[in-house]
Amino acid sequence: MKFDTPATTNPIDQLKVVGKPTDRIDGPLKTTGKATYAYEWHDVAPNVAYGWVIGSGIAKGRIASMDLEAARKAPGVVAIVTAENAGPLDKSKRNAATLLGGPEIEHYQQAVALVVAETFEQARTAAGLVRIDYTPADGAYDLAAVKDKAEKTKDGDSVVGDFAGAFAAAPVKLDETYTTPDESHAMMEPHATIAAWEGDRLTVWTSNQMIDWMVTDLSATLKMPKDKVRVISPFIGGGFGGKLFLRADALLAALGAREAGRPVKVGLSRPLMMNNTTHRPATIQHIRIGATPDGTITAIAHESWSGNLPGGSEETATDQTRLLYAGANRLIGNRIATLDLPEGNAMRAPGEASGMMALEVAMDEMAEKLGMDPVEFRIRNDTQTDPADPNRPFSQRQLVQCLRLGAERFGWAKRNPKPGQVRDGRWLVGLGMAVAFRNNLLTKSAARVRLDQRGIVTVETDMTDIGTGSYTIIAQTAAEMMGVGLDKVAVRLGDSSFPVSAGSGGQWGANNATAGVYAACVKLREAVAQKLGVNSADAQFADGQVVAGNRRVPLAEAAGADGLSAEDGIEYGDLDKKYQQSTFGAHYVEAVVDAATGEIRVRRMLAVCAAGRILNPKSARSQVIGAMTMGVGAALMEELALDKRTGFFVNHDLAGYEVPVHADIPHQEVIFLDETDPISSPMKAKGVGELGLCGVGAAVANAVHNATGLRVRDYPITLDKFLDRLPAVG
Amino acid sequence: MRPFTYERADSPAAAAAAVERRPGAKFIAGGTNLLDLMKLEIETPAHLIDVNGLKLDTVEATPDGGLRIGALVRNTALAADPRVRRDYGVLSRALLAGASGQLRNKATTAGNLLQRTRCPYFYDTAQPCNKRQPGSGCAAIGGYSRQLAVVGSSDACIATHPSDMAVAMRALDATVETVRADGTTRSIPIAEFHRLPGDTPHIETALMPGELITAVTLPKPVGGTHVYRKVRDRASYAFALVSVAAVVQRDGGGRVALGGVAHKPWRVEAAEAEMPRGAKAVTAGLLADAKPTHDNAFKLTLVERTLASVLAEAKG
Ligand SMILES: Cc1cc2nc3c(=O)[nH]c(=O)nc-3n(C[C@H](O)[C@H](O)[C@H](O)COP(=O)(O)OP(=O)(O)OC[C@H]3O[C@@H](n4cnc5c(N)ncnc54)[C@H](O)[C@@H]3O)c2cc1C
Ligand code: SF4
Repeated sequence: MKFDTPATTNPIDQLKVVGKPTDRIDGPLKTTGKATYAYEWHDVAPNVAYGWVIGSGIAKGRIASMDLEAARKAPGVVAIVTAENAGPLDKSKRNAATLLGGPEIEHYQQAVALVVAETFEQARTAAGLVRIDYTPADGAYDLAAVKDKAEKTKDGDSVVGDFAGAFAAAPVKLDETYTTPDESHAMMEPHATIAAWEGDRLTVWTSNQMIDWMVTDLSATLKMPKDKVRVISPFIGGGFGGKLFLRADALLAALGAREAGRPVKVGLSRPLMMNNTTHRPATIQHIRIGATPDGTITAIAHESWSGNLPGGSEETATDQTRLLYAGANRLIGNRIATLDLPEGNAMRAPGEASGMMALEVAMDEMAEKLGMDPVEFRIRNDTQTDPADPNRPFSQRQLVQCLRLGAERFGWAKRNPKPGQVRDGRWLVGLGMAVAFRNNLLTKSAARVRLDQRGIVTVETDMTDIGTGSYTIIAQTAAEMMGVGLDKVAVRLGDSSFPVSAGSGGQWGANNATAGVYAACVKLREAVAQKLGVNSADAQFADGQVVAGNRRVPLAEAAGADGLSAEDGIEYGDLDKKYQQSTFGAHYVEAVVDAATGEIRVRRMLAVCAAGRILNPKSARSQVIGAMTMGVGAALMEELALDKRTGFFVNHDLAGYEVPVHADIPHQEVIFLDETDPISSPMKAKGVGELGLCGVGAAVANAVHNATGLRVRDYPITLDKFLDRLPAVG
Repeated sequence: MRPFTYERADSPAAAAAAVERRPGAKFIAGGTNLLDLMKLEIETPAHLIDVNGLKLDTVEATPDGGLRIGALVRNTALAADPRVRRDYGVLSRALLAGASGQLRNKATTAGNLLQRTRCPYFYDTAQPCNKRQPGSGCAAIGGYSRQLAVVGSSDACIATHPSDMAVAMRALDATVETVRADGTTRSIPIAEFHRLPGDTPHIETALMPGELITAVTLPKPVGGTHVYRKVRDRASYAFALVSVAAVVQRDGGGRVALGGVAHKPWRVEAAEAEMPRGAKAVTAGLLADAKPTHDNAFKLTLVERTLASVLAEAKG
């Protein structure tokens, strides 16, 4: 189905099932331990052997020698795979470094060997016996040190008007630099894969967000035809972008299974994950804003520097600044330098998450300079069109409504605009806010829908559920379209034998995948109508029946003994060129700072979101509170600590890489504005999974500033960065 | 993890003898630290002697009015003991500030004292570390050292001891009771139990090979207001940046021990004379010989500010 004109009224608008806060249909499986995760497929591949990945002990250089002798002789060892015996391998275009390194080493903990043994413990023990000598080479590890060698990215700068002139002339100016650190996805379930060969066919049970990318990249890397690779990943214990790509677990499981001649299971250990896989790269961001005394922005510049391995991409931390605020003169662009660190790549809300942490603090600082309320300053600079192209409106933009409703609900009026004034016992108390913004991305997505003689509707699509609720909203979509209850819908996901979907990433999953299911259901409705010999436009699907004129046929009967099946997908025209599609929100945070120690704790959080139709308010809320929690982590504690001498992330476990725990997260509230966006898809929905993260960190930072009067422009905001500026204890 | 053999001991002296007999043998109590280290092959014992069945899991009053805490008393049980809560509040609070509920249910008194450093380089076997591999060097010096020691460190090692419990025990003048393979026992004052790194950071305590901890005794209660303040980046489940264990008497005198600053719980008795004069004077004495790194110099300020806050809290 081609979607190239705005949606009109369709069966989804009935909202009998869609839009309801339904419990997750996969919930019982998960809470009873019956949902099978990648490492837990105990019965699919008999006689499985266990692989343990060895990562490089240096960041750059060469393997001088590798002594496998002792390991080969160790009890239980079945095979050892290295670059030397792995056979010819390609590198897919979505991987920057090769997944099996050697003799050349491109980053710390790049996989250099897989030891396969009868048991997990034997594999791990034998891996400890492998002796590797390296010849290290000098590498570039420090972004600040290579910043001046950075280049503009291929998208180029977005230039509107004359920034330099307007900024120089602006009566009120801000010129600041902000930094964000490298961050780890740190999802619960590590990367894991079981691989089994049957002749020249390969099946992998894995944990991956993008099934078709995985099939494409695994087959390309192994230099084999795509149709000989099957990928199965129905349950995923979190990904946050860390599982968008083929990674070492899957490739090495496949190679190990080929070498061992039997199925092989590989899980990455937590310490390995932090340096072996991808991470959100650090940024240095330079922001300049000029305004007139009434708070009208006249000039805005946002430049961001990040680094990556050769072939890796930049962190697009400035992209939101092209669209978020008005301002006649603009200079916006990303720059990239070469670093020999592990690969930087997408982590939840890539670009915006880091960019908004800087931009929204800059806006707070600017409001302070102007003597304006930060909410009003943002409202003053709202724009309903793309600032670079006034003929390109936003499809929906209810940012001002989010801001106003949030301010009212949160009690923003009680905030003391003068920082460092409010005290509650040992705590300094502050309120902060920031805007949330994330683009809505359209990408084609297909599904197959079957109706059987019991009246059961089964949806099959390679869409994934990374804990987000995909199963449930897809079931709701099919139920709404076919006029049945949720109990009559079965959803099967994460299998490359199903039609190719949007997958999970970039908060594009919900809208696109359900739109694909919508398209397939439209086709199934047509098939039902045709079978009954009625005009599909006249057929009503409700209460498990098809009603056409005065005929009323139960769906089960219409399906007949053979059942009916339809496959289709959504494809988009150029509506996203004519309109800018984005999601909006406002974050409000109350934070307290221990006046003596500088410890920061968050007391209250509110997010108001406008993100199209909310398909399931319960799972959407869970997405947003999870994202808010992640934003607190980014603001206050998350940082991959870099050893700049040797080029690796030192705190590579969950004791060293701190993410928020329950005690860090107090009351959280989420409000969704009532919105439908007919430009986005027939579902009129957009994404929320990443919106909830964008801006949170800045709201926390702004609250800390309001509490203390101090600005920390270097995330995470840890007490060591401002302790000496706090007032004396006494 | 290297393969190992395992046995259960039936008496403390037999346990000690079993370890002495087998080079590379170790005791295992709750296992919450040892097993993690074995998985990473930082510890590679060939033999484990399980001491959980030794019935060293009671807290008893001593004749001189103190408490004798069995080596196997779990951190949860010790924190909840009514006598500890009443008379040694700083200990109960320190315990509850550590780890998580699940870990405290497993963790034992002896195991807690003997838990190893959280220096991140210690955990990466590709990195040089004098504590893990004597003579290999110290990757933390000149590296990422935000969490590491500011005082009592050496050119060989700047690690800290991560325990909260031990800091309170140091403030309370606890004594570690042990037994050796030949059945002889001794009492080691906590001040002498943990060692500074010097040239031998791999030797962390005064224990001899095979020596088993049987109990920790606390002298009779000293009264005063008991405070334990642990400063950390997140609200729970994190090791201390710095911590302060304080017992403050009505006249402003008392005791102070610090966590998160040194290779052992840090206490300088002479500095306590300054307590009535306030945090600055006490800190000056406590950290007189501090040699912080660029990354952790903030701990000096943090100790003083935290102590000031603790003293203010104790005053009420
Ligand atoms: C994620 C995490 C977070 C943590 N956070 C904190 C924290 O915030 N604060 C804190 O203080 N601690 C923390 N801990 C550490 C925890 O307190 C220790 O792991 C625990 O106290 C160790 O006790 P155990 O009985 O499990 O020791 P084990 O792991 O069994 O043993 C530890 C060592 O003691 C030796 N040993 C055990 N019993 C005896 C004995 N009777 N005599 C002689 N030697 C013996 C063993 O041989 C071993 O070397 C944390 C641990 C983890 C895993
Ligand atoms: S500080 Fe101590 S524990 Fe850390 S790397 Fe150096 S020697 Fe090892």
